[in-house]
Order: sequence, then C-alpha cells, then structure tokens
Amino acid sequence: MSQQEWPLWEVFIRSKKGLNHKHVGSLRAPDAQLAVENARDVYTRRSEGISIWVVLSNDIVASDPSESPELFEPADDKVYRHPTFYDVPDGISHM
Amino acid sequence: MEKFNYLLRLGDDSLILGQRLAEWCGHGPILEEDIAMTNISLDLIGQAISVLNYAGDVECKGRDGDALAFLRLEKDYKNLLLVEQKNGDFGDTMMRQFLFDAYRKLLFERLQSSTDKQLAAIAEKSLKETRYHFKHSAEWVIRLGDGTDESHKRVQNSLNNLWRYTDELFYVDASDKVLTKQGILPDLSDLKSLWLQEVNTVLDLATLQIPTNNWQFEGGRKGVHSEHMGYLLSELQFMQRVYPNMEW
Repeated sequence: MSQQEWPLWEVFIRSKKGLNHKHVGSLRAPDAQLAVENARDVYTRRSEGISIWVVLSNDIVASDPSESPELFEPADDKVYRHPTFYDVPDGISHM
Repeated sequence: MEKFNYLLRLGDDSLILGQRLAEWCGHGPILEEDIAMTNISLDLIGQAISVLNYAGDVECKGRDGDALAFLRLEKDYKNLLLVEQKNGDFGDTMMRQFLFDAYRKLLFERLQSSTDKQLAAIAEKSLKETRYHFKHSAEWVIRLGDGTDESHKRVQNSLNNLWRYTDELFYVDASDKVLTKQGILPDLSDLKSLWLQEVNTVLDLATLQIPTNNWQFEGGRKGVHSEHMGYLLSELQFMQRVYPNMEW
C-alpha cells in the first residue's frame, strides 16, 4: 500500500466582518472541500472566525530568505516613508 | 408519560452515538479527522444534555439529565440499535453517521414546528449542528465509495452491515401517535421517503448499492438492545457507579 500523504493546505480565517483573513496555520486534507471542513473543525471550534480560506501550500510563492538583505534592509533607514512628520491638529481623534 | 418516552428516544440517540464517537478520541486516522469526530461527539453530548434535562423536568421525579444519562439500566435506554453499533473501521463509522445524520436532519427540520416550545427550540439549535454533521459524513461516504477499489469494497460492506438497522429510524408506536395528536410531534409519515431520496443521492455519487437483503432489526426503541450495549454502558456509567454523585 502506498503511504502517500494528503497535500498540505494553508488556512486563513476572517475573525470578524470588516477585518481581513489572517493566516492561522496549516493542515492536511485530500481535497479543497475537506480542507475547508477540517479547517472549520481545527481552527474555528472556539468561535474564532466567520469565514475560511484555504490554499494549497504548494501554490504559495514565497520570497527567498537568503535575499532578505537586499529585499528588506534598504527600507530600514528610510524613516521619511512613515507619516510621522506631520503635526496632527488638536481635536482630531482616531489617528 | 408519552412525552418523557419520546424525549428519552431523542436524547439517548444523541448520548449513545456521542459516546461511540468519543471512543475515536486519540485513535482517528489523521489528526484533523480525530478532531472532527470528537467535535461531532461533543455536539451530540450537548444535545443529550438539553434533551435529557428537559426529560427530567417532564418526568417530575427529581431526576436531572445526569441521573438519566448515567444511572439507568440497559432496558431503560431507548436509543436506536444503529447508534450503539461498534465503530468498526473509519468507513463503518462514517456510514453509520451518514445514515443517522440524514434522518436526524429531516427530523429536526420537522420538530422545529412542534407545539412544544422547548422541543422546538432544541430542534432549531441542533439542526445547525446536524446539517454540518451530515455534510461531513456524506462527503466521506462519497470519497470512500468513489475512491480506491479497497475503500469502495470496504465501505460497501459497511453499508451492507448497517442497512438492517435503518427501518428502526422510522419506528412509530402508540406513544408517538398520542404526541402527534397533541401536535407535539409534527406529521412524520413522509420522513422515510424523504430520507431515502436524500440517502440515494449520496450513495449514487458514491457508486454504492443498497443491499437487496432487506431483513431488518428493531428493538432499541423498546429497550431491547444488541450485545454491544452493555459494554458501552459499563464504560459510560463507570464513574457514577464507582463514585456516586461525583462531580468535577
């Protein structure tokens, strides 16, 4: 008998209306439909969510960790890209 | 008395199947399915708590849901023979679940319109859980039936073995007829044909055949159980029998 494992799926849960789906973990399932059902059982059993996305882990294209210096470090010394140099007038809330 | 009797039937189906599914805890074929089966088990135990507590209120003899769940003798349990059948392999468990869920879904849909408000409310809440149980078990029956030669052969065998317990799903006696007259039980006469339709749709997709041997068993509804029931109850009742009234 072959011991082929079920494919791995990444699970994204939307916790509330208006918020975006957030990666919560992964699981194994034979197909998309059962991946959603398994995600429901594994990741929403304590009312964590109102919507589920699953994506085959194989289909995710990731950045290469060895390229981190050229990808991310150049942004570290560019504080002027943050909108922190404006004076917020009195009376403006939620900023 | 009729209402008490009916509530025992309803509550015991949930309790005993919940206990059976709990036996899978830590033994599931894969982690995700282990969690799915114990989730369903907990849904069923939750239904048993509401129904048996209500049964205790209706009986008015000071017994609560716990007393009813843990301290009755075998002949006083009124669950279907189907739900007390052993777990067998994963296919056996999913087939048992599927045949039961299809029936329970239709039943709860009807019970929502019971004139008994409490029963209607329990049905409404349980229906949501049951719709998911049905979806899950039906998906598995389809995948196992329409899967490999091995899985097809084994789950066809599960269907052959469990089919003989399905007539009892639609067991009706004088006690039920009294409740129907009072409107506590809605008209359930077409439940079996609807169930067959529902079951056939899934079995077709699963390429499975209903066995032609139509010999049927019954007894659970009258408290006459199969040889498996005593073992199940000894495990279910162990704590309350050894440490009476213990709580944690």
